[in-house]
This record gives sequence, C-alpha cells and structure tokens, in this order.
Amino acid sequence: MSTRLSKGGRLIDRARAVDFTFNGKRLRGFAGDTLAASLLANDQMLMGRSFKYHRARGAVASGAEEPNALVNLGRGAFLEPNQRATTTETFDGLEAQSQNHWPSLEMDIGVVNNALARFLPGGFYYKTFIHPRAAWKHVFEPVIRKAAGLGPAPKEMDGDRYEQAYAFCDVLIAGGGIAGLQAALAAASGGARVMVLEQTPVWGGRAPVDGDVIDGMAADLWVKKTVQALEAMPNVTLRTRCMVAGVYDHGYVLAEDRVADHTPGDGRPKKRLWRIRAGRIVAATGALERPLSFAGNDVPGVMLASAVRDYVVNWAVSPGDRTVVVTNNDDAYRTAIALKQAGLAVPCIVDARAVANGPLPTQARAMGIRVETGKGIAKVKGTKRVTAVTLCMQAGEGAALEEIACDAVAMSGGWSPVVHLWSHCGGKLTWDDTHAMFRPDATRPPISHDGLAMVYPAGAANGALKAAQALADAALAGAAAAGAGPIAAAQAEAREEAALEPVWIMPQGASYKLRAKMWLDYQNDVKVSDVQLAAREGYESVEHTKRYTTLGMATDQGKLSNINGLAVLAGALNTDIPNVGTTTFRPPYTPVTLGALAGEARGEIFQPLRRSPMHAWHEQAKAYFEPVGLWRRPYCFPRGGENHAQAVEREILNTRQGVGLLDASTLGKLIVKGPDAGRFLDMMYTNVMSNLGIGKCRYGLMCNENGFLSDDGVVVRLAEDTWLCHTTTGGADRIHAHMEDWLQCEWWDWQVYVANVTEEYAQIAVAGPKARALLEKLGGMDVSADALPFMTFADGTLGGLPVRAYRISFSGELSYELAVPAGYGQELWDKLMAAGADLGVMPYGTEAMHIMRAEKGFIMIGDETDGTVIPQDLNLGWAISKKKADYLGKRGQERSYLASPDRWTLAGFETLDGSVIPDGAYIIAAGVNANGQGNTQGRVTSTYYSPTLKKGIAMGLIKGGMARAGEVVEFTKLGGSPVKARIVDPVFYDKQGAKQNG
Amino acid sequence: MLTLECPYCAVMADETELSPGYEAHLKRYGPGSSDEEFEAYMFARKNPKGVHFERWRHAYGCGKWFLAARDTATLEVFGTYTAQSAAPPQALQDKIKAKRPDWKGYK
Repeated sequence: MSTRLSKGGRLIDRARAVDFTFNGKRLRGFAGDTLAASLLANDQMLMGRSFKYHRARGAVASGAEEPNALVNLGRGAFLEPNQRATTTETFDGLEAQSQNHWPSLEMDIGVVNNALARFLPGGFYYKTFIHPRAAWKHVFEPVIRKAAGLGPAPKEMDGDRYEQAYAFCDVLIAGGGIAGLQAALAAASGGARVMVLEQTPVWGGRAPVDGDVIDGMAADLWVKKTVQALEAMPNVTLRTRCMVAGVYDHGYVLAEDRVADHTPGDGRPKKRLWRIRAGRIVAATGALERPLSFAGNDVPGVMLASAVRDYVVNWAVSPGDRTVVVTNNDDAYRTAIALKQAGLAVPCIVDARAVANGPLPTQARAMGIRVETGKGIAKVKGTKRVTAVTLCMQAGEGAALEEIACDAVAMSGGWSPVVHLWSHCGGKLTWDDTHAMFRPDATRPPISHDGLAMVYPAGAANGALKAAQALADAALAGAAAAGAGPIAAAQAEAREEAALEPVWIMPQGASYKLRAKMWLDYQNDVKVSDVQLAAREGYESVEHTKRYTTLGMATDQGKLSNINGLAVLAGALNTDIPNVGTTTFRPPYTPVTLGALAGEARGEIFQPLRRSPMHAWHEQAKAYFEPVGLWRRPYCFPRGGENHAQAVEREILNTRQGVGLLDASTLGKLIVKGPDAGRFLDMMYTNVMSNLGIGKCRYGLMCNENGFLSDDGVVVRLAEDTWLCHTTTGGADRIHAHMEDWLQCEWWDWQVYVANVTEEYAQIAVAGPKARALLEKLGGMDVSADALPFMTFADGTLGGLPVRAYRISFSGELSYELAVPAGYGQELWDKLMAAGADLGVMPYGTEAMHIMRAEKGFIMIGDETDGTVIPQDLNLGWAISKKKADYLGKRGQERSYLASPDRWTLAGFETLDGSVIPDGAYIIAAGVNANGQGNTQGRVTSTYYSPTLKKGIAMGLIKGGMARAGEVVEFTKLGGSPVKARIVDPVFYDKQGAKQNG
Repeated sequence: MLTLECPYCAVMADETELSPGYEAHLKRYGPGSSDEEFEAYMFARKNPKGVHFERWRHAYGCGKWFLAARDTATLEVFGTYTAQSAAPPQALQDKIKAKRPDWKGYK
C-alpha cells in the first residue's frame, strides 16, 4: 500500500494538516502536498480511468507531465475538469472528483472496452464509423460523444475572476531549477531586467531531490541563498506558480500565474495571464523522464523512477512497501537508494543493460539491493494495483524467469530535455545518440526581429543532465542572453554515471500479446502495437501516425509518450529516430484555462461599447437595441404591450403620416480638406464630387480597386476646400483608413487632410410630412423649401442651438438631418420631442429606417451588396461618371465579365399572395446543376412586410434584372412550397419623389 | 506577435498596434492598362519564403502607413521605412544583400 512515512518530506509542514475530499470521502493531507501526494498518503493509488479502455490508472508522474491523475476540482460555477492531481496543491476544503467512469471509480462499466481492446485497434475510429452514412449522425456520434471526453464541461458560468497583466524584460528565464537560477545570476549581473518564472510553488527543481551538492552546500541551501541573492537585485523579478505557456514571435511570451488556485475565495483573481515582451528567453525547463514500454506498464503502482523519488523525498509518501526498479540507466538507482534509506523494501533492480558497475549501482549493491542486469520486465500483474512482476531476459521474447511480488514499480527509460519553448518558434533539434534524446541544435535557434537567437536553452533542457554541466551551461546561456560578460558558474560535485542503453521495447523481442499491453500514451490508450499497426498500414510520417493513433493528442500532449512513440515507429519502419523526427511542439506547454485567456473581457466589458449622445434617453425609453459594429442602436421603441413588429409598424406609419425622429449620430462623418481634396474625392467616389456646389449635398458611391461597391453616403461641400463625407455606420473607420491608405501610399504629394469627426456630432433625422412644421416651432432659421431645398444644407440655429441642417432623406419623406456638436445632442432631441408633442412626434429605430428605405428602393450596403456587386448591378449607373479618366474601381469595372448580360441585377419583387419572401431565399431556375442541385437565377437581398403598403415587398438580384419586369418567378422557402412573386420596380413608394423633394 | 519599428514614431510597435496591408511597392494599373497588367496588379502577389516587403499601418499609434522588409521564414526584420518611398532605401537593400547573398532584389 501507499502511505505517509513517519519522517522526512522536504516540502510538507506536518504541523499544518489540511482536510479535503476525494469522491466525497474526507481525507487529510499536509500543507505543501500536491493532491497526488495527499491521495497516495491515504492509500488512494487509483485516481482515474483511461480515455478509451477505461483502465484503472494511478499517478505515473509527480509533475506537469502527468497523463493519468486528472480530476475535477470544485463544483458548480467553480468546477474545473481535467486538473492534474500532481500539480494541484492540496488546500483546506479542496473537493476533487475522479472522472471518466460510471457509476464509480472502483466499478466502471466502460472498462468493458478493455476486454474488447483487440477490436479497438489504432485508427479504429476511422475504420469503423464510415458506413452507412446515416449511422454516423444517429448512432455512432451520439454514443461516442457520451463515452468520450474526460471531465464534464462546467454547466454554469465561471464563478471565478481572472486578470491579465503585461510585463517587459530583457531576459525571461523559464524555469526556477538550479539552471534557471544560475542563468538568472549570469543574466542579471550586467544589469539586464530579468524575470524568472517557475511553474511549481518551490524553487530548485530536481537537484535537491537528487542530492546534489553545489558550492559545497546541499542543493536546498544553495537554492535558498541564490534566490535570496536574486531577490535582493532590483533588476530581477521572481515568480513561482507561473508557467511559461508559450513563446511566440519576437520574444512574446504568455505565462499563466496560478494566483489563488490554492487559496480560493481570498479575493484575488484565480489566475493571471502574463503577456510578456522579452528581449531574449532562457529555456531552463529541465527534462522529463521517459517510461519504459513493458506489458502492464500502466497498472496503478507503476511510476516513473523520478516520481517515486519525489514522493518519498518531497512529501514523505511511499508509493509502495516493495518497489521493483526497472531501468536502462544509472539515475534510477537513486530511487532505489532513496527508498532503501526511507526504510522501504526494494526487492530488485532490473537493469536492461548487460553491465551496471558505476558508482550508483555499486552503492545500491552495497546496501544489499539485488541487481539483475540484462533483464527486463515481461509483465506486470494486477489490475487496480501492482501485485507482482515477472522478469525475463531483455534480449529474449518474454519467457518468464521468475515472479517477484511487489506493490510498486519505478521505471526509467532515460530523460528527454523539455524542448517545447525552444521549438515553439521554430528552434530545431538534434538527436543525441549518447543520451538517446533530442536536444536543441544551437546552430538553428528560433530567431528574433534582429536576426539573432531568441531562445537560449540552459541546463537539462539543453541536454546537460548532470548538475555540474547544467550549472556551467546555464551560466553561459544567461550571460549570452543578456549580452553580458561571463561569470563564474557555481560548482557542483561531479556525478559519475555510466551511459544508458536505449530500450524502446521490453523485452526487445516481445510477442504481440505483450506489445498490445505496452502503453505509450496512457491518457489516450495508445500502445506499442497500435503504432506498429499504423506503420504497417502505411503511416510513415510521424505527424500522420500521431493523428491516426491519437498518440500524443491528449491533454498532456505526449510529454511522456512522444519520444517512445516515435522510437517505436522508427523501429517499425526500420529507420533511425532522427529520420522519423518529432511532431510539432505547439503552445501551451500545459493547458491554460480559457478564463485566463479571456481575462477581464467578459460580460459588460467583453468589448468596448460605443454610445450615441442620446443613448441614455433611448435606454430610459426602453428601446430594444441592436449591435451595429461596436455601437448599440435602437432597433425600435416598443410601447405598452407591443411586440417589436408592432412597434416598428407604428413607428413607420407615424413617420409616413406625421413626423419621426431617428438618432443618426452613428453615421460616419469624415472631413476631407485641402487644395487637392476635390481631386482626391473624384478618385474615391465613382461620381464627380469636385464640382459639387458649396452648400450642396450629393449621394456618392465608393468602390474598391476591384470595382465592387464598398460604401455609400451623402457628400457635402462645406467650403471651397472642404468636403464632409458621410459613410455607413459600420464603415467610418474602414473608409477613413481606406482614404489614408491612398493618400499616404499612392498620392502622397496631394495636399489633403482627412479627419474622422464621427463622434464630434450628434445627428438627428427629422422625417415625415410634419417635419418642417416641427422645425419651424423650434425656430431660428428658415427651413422652407425655397430657402433649404432638397439636397442642400444650411448652418443656423434651431431652438437656440447651433445646427447644420441637411435636406437629405433616407426614408423618402420630407426630411432634415440636424447635426449639432455632440454635447448638444440630447438637448436638441429633448427640444424636438417637446415641440413635436402636439404633432405626434415619435422616435423610430433602425428597423423602421430599413423598411422605409426598402419601400423607397434605396440600397443598403451589406444587404444589396456583398463584396461581389458593382454599382451597375444595382442600376446605379447614373452615379458613375462617364467623363472621369479614373476613379478607384473604374478599371476593375471594365473587365468583360462584369458587363455580361448574365449578371444578376437589381429588381423589386411583390409576392402574389402578399406574403413576405424568406430572408436569403434564392430564385429558382429550371434544371439541376452537375451536383444534382436545383439551378438558381437570383436571390433576395432585402425583404420586409411593408406597413405602408400592407404587403410583403422585396429587393433582389435576378438574371436579366428589370428587363424582365412583370414576369412571375419562384423563391425557395425552407419547409414550404416556393413563393411566387412578380418582378416590379423596386421603388414601391412615392416613385416621383414628391414627398422627399417637397 | 511581431514587433516592428514605426519609422514615424521610432517606437517598437507591438503587432496589436499594427494592421497589415499586403505587399509593398506595387505599381497601380488603372484605366488603359491591359488585362494582364491589371490582373498582376490586383491579384498576383508574391509569397516568398525569405525576404519580403510589406505594408503596415501603425493603426493604433500614429496612424501612418510604413513599409517593412522582413524574412517570412525566420521573421528577421531587416528594416522599416516610410510609405512615401518608391523603392527601399539603398542602405537597406545593401544590408539585406549582405545578409542574404542569394536575394534577387525587391522587384
């Protein structure tokens, strides 16, 4: 059984017990524990079930690489699935639930998949769920969705708070082990701003556990002194619980800071995402131990040798009373020695190498530990817990030599440098044959903006696995990253270790039966036999094999499995490991919670909100708002028990018969000024703007170079050298940028300034037959038809406010648009509402505006246009200058296919039964296309119920356009028979324009 | 997340402050140009692995367009200069040539 030892534990505080629950069971741990350590101390070896076969699983590791021990933390709004027990700190009140099992962890129905394993080989999903097609939708997918996945997604909105912070430094050091600390000393010595981030709560990494002696001190003491020295330096920032998740272009780094993960409810944000711009990055991220592939290497109780050592030394937890150590290297002997020193039994060290005579094996033998060389584990016995192992010859096929009773197995297949941060931005790797590992290739680093190396690997992450070499390597890396002079590295006592011998399969000639029980990827249940099958089926690329077998695609991203997997693949393909290569390392290093990535951007402040000067009034009037870009505009103003459609109808009829007010402040307003402004606008617009008279307004169209319509609006000539261009609400910033682009990059010698004054003015449309009467009640300027005819403007005062009144109309009614400085907007609105009370004035919203313009046959950018429509398609040829030599889009419109009679062009549509054509409907044509789909000859672009005409009206694009007026065509309707409609003039209301001109 | 130096502000601007604007040093072909010229101007963009000239706008800064020369594979930035340049500055071309002897020139 696993238990807490009576002595030791360098990270725990025995004076501070913490109570927590696992699957509802109350358990006790110590402050300083990880959840995995606490569970093991309570003999809870079984921590979860695997993804595919639902096999019983316990912790295999002691840190970030853990694939098995995933739990749900918290509940309700605070539920977090898939949290690694090995990196979760135990705190008072922690609630953990195991996952991926039903009905319980001990008794799981899904384990039946395990019995069916031979029918669920690699690529099973791709092979099985192909035919019949309908079965995928109705049978396979629902069943797989129910069975798949680890923890459940939380159902409630996240109750926690997250934040983001920015930081800048010259050198960012990822990893606070001895290499990271040494690199920090070197980098900071020259005065560089240094940040050191460590993912765990403690400094020092593995060295204290491994018993290293540095500068004559125990590693623990050296770490403590070094951290103190760094803390005293004003140019150094140190953070624990802060994981460098990813390295991006030009030294951009994301790091996840677990601020209050372990102290929930203390008022601090749960997590903080650091967005760091670092000059250089030192990757002192250490190395991860590799499992060995032997049958039953996933049974709870089989752990990495380093993890076993961690549990014993750091948390005084023994994973078992009798631990068999199996290895291909000397390092694992440290685990046997640590276990023995803790008073635990090590029945045997199984060493795959023929000879093991280095200092560590000698020491182990001297302690009375039996060492078997040239041997391997044929099989692990037990299901929920290791009960025994059978030994075999490593060179053989797995015939059992003897059985050794044990309750834990410590395995070591060698170490792999953590090269993730080196690789995120394209750092290349080289295969180190001696240590059987990929390590950074210093000649091919990731590059920063200056063309120099961006990431410097240091210590074990650079393949310097022993303390002495790691410190020397880190001192050089730190100094190089900072561009500082060299400093003397701390000296560690030399550790002599014999070379490891690569062992990818144990025993090397294992039968299929054994290979089918050798786990590579624990979380996704990928075995040696699956990778070999993929190779036989032609998946030669490691990237393909990964996706076919799901090797390395689980939440641990193959930290334990990738190297073993590609070694097995190389073996199956009969090639070298470097020939197979690695899969791509992508951020994040370990999963980052989405809450941290969202940060504060949620709810009300998800994105900036733009409000018109009259926004508060609209809110008080209980307007129903719709988003238009970042603006919120009133869609309608429902009264009493009205629904939206009723409100819109009332607003339209009131405007058509009386007078209505529209808040048009959001319309884009660009001032274009300068000696060359007219010439410039003649290039921007399809029609001529340079000859527009001062005081006059003109509707204009803007196209891109491709000839397609991109924006429209009324252009006003304010003065000899000054124009005001109205744009669509959503187009203001885009059109401003478009104008700047041409001015700065093409015609930079033209003297023109453009200023976006959209928010400087409040603008109110006063529309309807009583509009003039309303303005006359306010008084102050002559708004008569003679003084202010249609398509002109005048500056003056109304109700004592300085206004610019434009006689322009988007509703088709007699209409004035009144612009005032934004600060007067609400006052003008109030005065209009008050003065218009006896005229029946009412506000109207964007939907009424849309319908009224459709009744008038006015196009709307984004409705009638979609980026493939030229003005000519919309019968707007009258707004295209024939005499201008050039304008943006002219050459594009000259292309032959844009003049084709086959193009769909604008027409109006009236349904025969008065119904409304569905949005997005297509016009049916005879026959079918090559895919057997019905042919089309057009589509609807705007379709509404017209309260004015009491029937459905529509605009659309149809082949042949208005030349086909009078013809009846059919529109598609989902779930119904086609809608018949007659092609008519798109101007449904006041065709002569008597009202707007009046 | 690139950083580019804005030649107007002389600040190292983060990519979040910038908006991209495709290939630099295009010659505009308007009315009167042939179909081939217009097609090349509108659609035929270079997509080199290596040295590339691009337009960027310091959109959330000074608002100015500028041009940048960078290596699309390594992300090394050779230099930035104002948009009012008919060709890359000679010094910049010399610098690129020195670093990338195989470079065929900006056209």
